[in-house]
Amino acid sequence: MKLLLNLGRYLMFLRRVFSRPEKPGIYIKKVLREIDRLGITSLGIVAIISFFIGMVVIIHLTANLGNPLIPDYYNSYTTRDVLVLEFSSTVLCLILAGKVGSNISSEIGTMRVTEQIDALETMGINSASYLAQPKIIGMMIITPALVLLSIFIGLIGGWFISIAGNLMTGADYIHGIRFEFDSYKVFYTVVKSIVFAFLITSISAYHGYTTQGGALEVGRSSTLAVVNSMITILIANYLITQLMLG
Amino acid sequence: MIRAQNIALSFDGKTVLTDISVSFAPAKTNLIIGRSGSGKTVLLKCLIGMLEPDKGEVWYDDDQFTAFNPDQQRSFRQQMGVVFQGGALFDSLTVEQNLKLPMDFFTPWKRDQKKERVNFCLEKVDLPGVNRLYPAELSGGMKKRVAIARAIVLNPRYLFCDEPNSGLDPQSAIVIDKLIREITVEFGITTVINTHDMNSVMEIGDHILFLSEGQKCWEGSRDDILLSDNKVLNDFVFASELMKKFI
Repeated sequence: MKLLLNLGRYLMFLRRVFSRPEKPGIYIKKVLREIDRLGITSLGIVAIISFFIGMVVIIHLTANLGNPLIPDYYNSYTTRDVLVLEFSSTVLCLILAGKVGSNISSEIGTMRVTEQIDALETMGINSASYLAQPKIIGMMIITPALVLLSIFIGLIGGWFISIAGNLMTGADYIHGIRFEFDSYKVFYTVVKSIVFAFLITSISAYHGYTTQGGALEVGRSSTLAVVNSMITILIANYLITQLMLG
Repeated sequence: MIRAQNIALSFDGKTVLTDISVSFAPAKTNLIIGRSGSGKTVLLKCLIGMLEPDKGEVWYDDDQFTAFNPDQQRSFRQQMGVVFQGGALFDSLTVEQNLKLPMDFFTPWKRDQKKERVNFCLEKVDLPGVNRLYPAELSGGMKKRVAIARAIVLNPRYLFCDEPNSGLDPQSAIVIDKLIREITVEFGITTVINTHDMNSVMEIGDHILFLSEGQKCWEGSRDDILLSDNKVLNDFVFASELMKKFI
């Protein structure tokens, strides 16, 4: 019953968020600012995680699939698919749910408990739309770019350790990542990342916006935002995979 | 003119406001006073539409505010300025950006006109030159003054202040009180102030509404308040040793 109540409130919140903006020009500037603040500042962590995961995946595959009957390039081929299909979209978005989700929720939650949201409302500004819409749109634009970058850096990580660790030749590695390349899988991962970005930002904004109380509740909202974003990402991941690849 | 008629509100079965009717005149500082928890802030929130009363009506001149839908209410609020207890300045924006925000949304003014208006409002509250500071860099009194400047930036017809001098030293509190009164008279604004500060009452209280346990207990001017024989009011007014000296 409580789940349905929250779902209803979340949908009503989204209705307010996506109502027509009072001044679209202000929103466009804010979208660009949010792309920078939420997305570009995540580049470092995305690059580091992707590079190391790319290295680790190929080490695992080489160690566990080492068989004279399986060509070496199968390891890089599998690494590519691991990165494209799951890691760079799902796992990366789970990480972003922690970083970006808690940031959004605590920012909006603090604004709620310090009456800044009330101040916006009393000025006649649609606070839900003004605060959440630019973040949602900004993240939906930048997350696919982060995911594609993550795939690229992960593949570079795999290539680096293949050469440095003498796991296979550079030529084999390149052959593997180009082997049976299907652009639909990239399209699938981009679709997933857009949906995940929407879920992370809208759920986190909702939890921040509905915070009541003080600093303790802001922390609680932030935790709820991250946990609920992660759960919905996992559910959405299953549904999208079933729909697009099942 | 703001008119509240028979306002009543309960939260989870607990009555917070009971049948409150009052009128607030323009170009006057109207004060709502009472002990903490007496329903002052709730009444103020009902007046500005942040809370919907269970019963009763709120009128702004000839407009029945409580009959508006949420979008109409939000649009109508462009005629209001609200000063919150803690100032409620936007932390991520500078003082100038705080003041510019409502102008960005609701005026067709060019950048220079906005800048001019920002400077005018900051001078009005005696804070010239703080444009580039962030709220975290301001003192409590300065925050309140910036909040007042932001509240008047769109030339509001109605100004609401929720405990504008709470947490301030007596001198800063008097500065804020005088500032609000000056703005009210100069621009002919209908001002409603929530306070439990008797200094404010004696300083600027043109019209005073005293609430006790969610009920209207007394109404009058600052000249009448010391002469009233209302026991609940007298307990509140003469709670401090300083005020007892008036008896």
